[in-house]
Amino acid sequence: MFDWRWDFAWEILPRLIVATGNTLIAAGAGYLIAIVLGLVLALAQRTPLRSLSWIVREFVEFIRSTPLVLQIFFVFYVGPQFGVRLDPWTAGMIAIGLHYSAYLSEVYRGGFEAVPKGQWEACTSLSMSMRQTYVRVIIPQALPPSVAGMGNYLVGIFKDTPMLSVIGVAELMHAANAIGSENYRFLEPFTLVGIIFLAISLPSAGLIKLFESWVRRRIGID
Amino acid sequence: MAYLEFLAEFGSRFLDGSLITVAQFLLSAALAIAIALGFGLLKLARHWVVRGVATLYIELFRGTSLLVQLYWIFFVLPLFGLTLEKFTAGFLAVGMNLGAYGAELVRGAVRSVPKGQWEAAYALSMSPARRMWRIILPQALVIMLPGWGNLLIELLKATALVSLISVTDLMFEAKQVNSTTFLSIQAFGTALVIYYVFARFLLTPAMRRLELSMARRIGKA
Repeated sequence: MFDWRWDFAWEILPRLIVATGNTLIAAGAGYLIAIVLGLVLALAQRTPLRSLSWIVREFVEFIRSTPLVLQIFFVFYVGPQFGVRLDPWTAGMIAIGLHYSAYLSEVYRGGFEAVPKGQWEACTSLSMSMRQTYVRVIIPQALPPSVAGMGNYLVGIFKDTPMLSVIGVAELMHAANAIGSENYRFLEPFTLVGIIFLAISLPSAGLIKLFESWVRRRIGID
Repeated sequence: MAYLEFLAEFGSRFLDGSLITVAQFLLSAALAIAIALGFGLLKLARHWVVRGVATLYIELFRGTSLLVQLYWIFFVLPLFGLTLEKFTAGFLAVGMNLGAYGAELVRGAVRSVPKGQWEAAYALSMSPARRMWRIILPQALVIMLPGWGNLLIELLKATALVSLISVTDLMFEAKQVNSTTFLSIQAFGTALVIYYVFARFLLTPAMRRLELSMARRIGKA
């Protein structure tokens, strides 16, 4: 069929599988950064300091409406201009983590807004400090509903990792590109990359949906 | 170098790049809308084979990444005798990818048009095509427009990837300027701001206005 060479496909598969490991690590690390930073961004938008919350709000909008690939270049190349040299992995993780933290902060924001007003009033009447109110009452109630909306972004971040290849992070797309230009054959590597992406993203999208509906049922949203 | 001097020297390149980005955006948006409408409706078809075809398309394009699809269309299709110019390959990939996401929007919106509307059209003995076109789609459009607002921003951002197959869009020009001047903040920063202005101050307000006027036209605002 169409000049497809099985022997070549078998030969390059191990290399692609190793690179898949890197892709998964990149997606996982980026997601971890996004989870933490997203919460910070969501909390910063709730401070009584109007100017701070406005700046953070605009920052989130800015990140969400500009291309990730451009942000990756920005982070990677701007450092050296100030004498800070970031290696591709660090720059890539910062860029992708930051990008998705903006999306996740919106998810958290929804969670915070869903906490009933009575909870705040109860904390005030118990004369809890702001810190106590957030840490012991509000955040524990705001996070579980957010979890139910966070899964899509895990798959999203996974599918965006090929963009990291542009600054030389050795993930799946980078490996396929390298194999292709070493052997002047792009059919097998690029097709296999597509298949690997499908094989990971479709089942995990299904699993995430199951997990989310389980969380929803557990906390009684549905 | 002061930023104004930088702009004076390279402003025209950013302008050229922006025009290509706008062209890529318009073409891929038109394609995405057509594909979304087609496959979104096919996914609601009665026959399972038709539904299967739509599902296959949607899952294929949503399950792999845009960059993989772009490279596949540009580097692999020529091996099958189909060589596309980079500009064409660029908007085809972006449009086909975002069209798959749009198809889910269309499907959801059509399904959430109240059942009574379908029955009323049936009672007036409208043909299925007429019912879809005159009764269901206009109402579905109002339901899905906010979703399309977000999707079009994703589409605009996605067009930046065509620079990787050397389409000379805004992203590409920024990279070129960066590699000749090493003024990374200025080069990439300017491009970031242009994308931001386009998304936030042109696209978003335009979609808001469209949402309002469509809602008004079917008497919902």
